[in-house]
Amino acid sequence: MSDLTKLTLKSALEGLESKAFSSVELTRAHIEAVEQAKALNAYVLETPDKALAMAQASDARRAQGQAGVLDGAPLGIKDLFCTEGVRSTACSKILGDFQPTYESQVTANLWRDGAVMLGKLNMDEFAMGSSNETSAFGPVINPWRASGETTPLTPGGSSGGSAAAVAAQLCLGATATDTGGSIRQPAALTGTVGIKPTYGRCSRWGVVAFASSLDQAGPIARTVEDAALLLTSMAGHDARDSTSLDVAVPDFASFVGKSVKGMRVGIPKEYRVDGMPAEIEKLWEQGIAWLKEAGCEIVEVSLPHTKYALPAYYIVAPAEASSNLARYDGMRYGLRVDGANLTETYEKTRAAGFGEEVKRRILIGTYVLSAGYYDAYYLKAQKVRRRIADDFDQAFEKVDALLTPTAPSAAFPLGENADDPVAMYLNDIFTVTVNLAGLPGMSVPAGVDAKGLPLGLQLIGRALDEGSLFSLGGVIEQAAGVTARPDRWW
Amino acid sequence: MAIDAATVRKVAKLARIAEPEERIEPLARELNGILTWIEMLNEVDTDGVEPMTSVVHQGLPMREDVVTEGGDPAKVLANAPKSAKDFFVVPKVVE
Repeated sequence: MSDLTKLTLKSALEGLESKAFSSVELTRAHIEAVEQAKALNAYVLETPDKALAMAQASDARRAQGQAGVLDGAPLGIKDLFCTEGVRSTACSKILGDFQPTYESQVTANLWRDGAVMLGKLNMDEFAMGSSNETSAFGPVINPWRASGETTPLTPGGSSGGSAAAVAAQLCLGATATDTGGSIRQPAALTGTVGIKPTYGRCSRWGVVAFASSLDQAGPIARTVEDAALLLTSMAGHDARDSTSLDVAVPDFASFVGKSVKGMRVGIPKEYRVDGMPAEIEKLWEQGIAWLKEAGCEIVEVSLPHTKYALPAYYIVAPAEASSNLARYDGMRYGLRVDGANLTETYEKTRAAGFGEEVKRRILIGTYVLSAGYYDAYYLKAQKVRRRIADDFDQAFEKVDALLTPTAPSAAFPLGENADDPVAMYLNDIFTVTVNLAGLPGMSVPAGVDAKGLPLGLQLIGRALDEGSLFSLGGVIEQAAGVTARPDRWW
Repeated sequence: MAIDAATVRKVAKLARIAEPEERIEPLARELNGILTWIEMLNEVDTDGVEPMTSVVHQGLPMREDVVTEGGDPAKVLANAPKSAKDFFVVPKVVE
């Protein structure tokens, strides 16, 4: 029944509903696919027994006519989400064998709707990275290869395991998180759909914190409609997250296929950066043409502070991270390395538990928050952040959504930017502005480059207007008609 | 505002991360590289701009000051590196 892994989430749910197959059969097919894909290193923990138990319970619910909207659908869960009784590590050594005694609100919502968990997905340590190379479990390998080559490529990051698992058909969809581009950039590099909703749509409760004013959960899926189905389940108000928005969650799937005629779509001129590959420029032009054909009005807009978004992010995010990660002190959970006294125990525990990139960001964060530098760096960055948000407010007076490339390149070889943190940070140049402003952003596969590697386009919407992104994303998906899938080499 | 070895040592101390001596110079170089790139923020005129601390356009919600969860020490201690009875066991804090 290996064909069952090729289904979209939508068609799998239809198959379950019509009793063409059971959740146990669907889940077993995915468990087998996961077992055969160890070379990708997408899963850091497989939970086949739990998956089958959940699938059996789902089949029983369906037999009684009590199936939920995602009932019986096997999903992968990014290891940043706490899952009750199932090891959750944020792919850091410092969490060791941490087994949460509680469930994150986002995953609880998915289980409420009947979804099945296949296991925990690899990611950059504490979601800090753009290539999945900072994971304590080693990098994920992108299922895509350049045509005629065997060089291992990155799936992007930090949600590299989520994106690779969805692209390689190792789950019907996956949870992911996005602090500076960690849903959208890996989606672009793997030919999948990823949406970071408006800040506050999804509860952060039970999601390991990186930078709390930027972190948002969202789905990665193989189609725009599948992403909509997942987000509808994941989103919702939660009193335990004080920044969770108390607003109704629309049926996001109802926006897919809606006419976009008359919608005004802005093209920010500042996103035409130096050194952007011609193929990405061309794809962007193609995307503009597709939206025009669908009846959109294309408007050139200006977001003048775009180039300052990444440097502002690399103050705000490390500052918040240095504070959030202070909790890893070896006292209450996770790793403890004993020293001669309390301070030495802290220092040795954190030295042994954190990887190099995480340490680097904690040190930057500590520095920019330290006495004498707070105003020059942190306060300055927060003011620049306001300027960036104001840019978007002004653009959205003229347009309903924005269209940009998602990432500045296709998937690159593992190890390429290993020695240059700033070069690695530039991967998020088109995505990070959206986090700073708290807006929704979606990456949609729009084509492949000359080497056959996927490329994505990004749609940015007004706060709480994910609906327009699902409508526009559906138009691009249909016009692009990307049918290429990675050839199975693993 | 160049970061030298002494600053790296000081910041590492503040962050409670034991950095081995051979990492101090490379870290100074890496952090300088990042902070030099960040300096471009000085080009932005931010006079009179209100710092942005949250993207959520609403005040923090208030709730009743009541216990909602708790009373389960076994759960709280489930992942403790060391515990005894209903307590975390930690190195001596007060001399």
